[in-house]
Amino acid sequence: MQVAEHETALDVTRELSDFLERRREQIAQRWAEASLFRAVFTVSRDEAVEACKAVVDALAEVARGGRPEDLRAPGFDSVREQLGRMAASRAKAGYTPSQIAGEVAGLREPVTSLLRAEYDDPADPRAQANEIALTILIGTLRLVVMETTVDAGEELIARQRQQLLEVATPVIRLWDGVVAVPLIGTLDSARSQIVMESLLEAIVDQRARYAILDITGVPTVDSLVAQHLMKTVAAARLMGAECIVSGIRPAIAQTIVQLGIDLGTIITRAGLSDALAYALSQQGIVVSPRPAMGGNAR
Amino acid sequence: MTGPFATQPGPVPVLVLGDVLLVTLQGDLHDTAAERLQQDITQRIASSPAPVGGVVIDISGVEIVDSFLGRILAEIAASARLLATRTVLAGMRPSVAITLVELGLTMPGLDTALDVERALSLLGHPSPAAPTTHPEEGA
Repeated sequence: MQVAEHETALDVTRELSDFLERRREQIAQRWAEASLFRAVFTVSRDEAVEACKAVVDALAEVARGGRPEDLRAPGFDSVREQLGRMAASRAKAGYTPSQIAGEVAGLREPVTSLLRAEYDDPADPRAQANEIALTILIGTLRLVVMETTVDAGEELIARQRQQLLEVATPVIRLWDGVVAVPLIGTLDSARSQIVMESLLEAIVDQRARYAILDITGVPTVDSLVAQHLMKTVAAARLMGAECIVSGIRPAIAQTIVQLGIDLGTIITRAGLSDALAYALSQQGIVVSPRPAMGGNAR
Repeated sequence: MTGPFATQPGPVPVLVLGDVLLVTLQGDLHDTAAERLQQDITQRIASSPAPVGGVVIDISGVEIVDSFLGRILAEIAASARLLATRTVLAGMRPSVAITLVELGLTMPGLDTALDVERALSLLGHPSPAAPTTHPEEGA
């Protein structure tokens, strides 16, 4: 019984696959009119028709495999990238994922009408079975499109996160032997790790004696952020450089005190300029105005 | 039993540069060798006829410092300080520094320098900054 049922199901999907291949041209022509394809392939209609044909071929192949509900069917592989591009361009045009899904679902209608025309009697069980299989198939296509949309979004987020990490941690050489890192944004463990690595590398490269961590751009300092700061300071000290934390705004100073965080082992200064002045004075460098402007400086 | 060229398992050589003892660690340091080094250094400081100006431990050739070696280094510094000698740890690699910090071994009582040259100048002409500004908690 089970086997027989399976057999008929396979028959149905095979029949559906044959139908899709037979009507490939017509389906493609109709789909090319649909908003999903028309909006993406704006340059030429032929291009849209070609894209439609590729999708029809993929559907036919999946149907031939006998598992129209299989999201991972190898038949989808050929069009996955194309669908992704289409979904991405729709998303760029301001469409929500559910709207895109709706558009994909809209592809079913033209095919269904063609399928109905195949049978004289709409009550024919084979016609109904075919229609159900087609519905499942289009549903799977919709899922595939959604998946590619989500994947593209995740990829974008990952890439931007990486860019943010790279952009946010420049190490600046302020003076001979003095480097500074202006920290901007929330300091989480991933970022503090990168800050620490790039700062230590810079200390070696620049042969720096003093490293300034400027937290002017850090919106809040909690115990976790303070812990990250202390770790960075300790690591810089192990490398033989002295670390100065600067840019502590009054509100942050109050928060640190209220939280009871002990930054007693860290040298702190109010501003970056104060920190630089400290580093210079420790090295015996004196910055003073010229005796007379435009006069004999040296 | 160790010959003059038995570099791998043998003791770590302690060089004398003026009044400074210089120890250069290379590669992996065996636990027993580390303990032996600790004894060597303290003995050299104690038995030296002239006062020892300082100990410089160069770890620029060390890729991995585990918690044991970290503790030994801190103990060397602590025991040298009991004998009125400063210890400077020189040339730590960034990756080693990160590892030690993650292990919680920040070595508060130890002086550090970027390389041996700076360590020597730190011992020879102590600038007003270096000794006073480092928090010497373990003292």
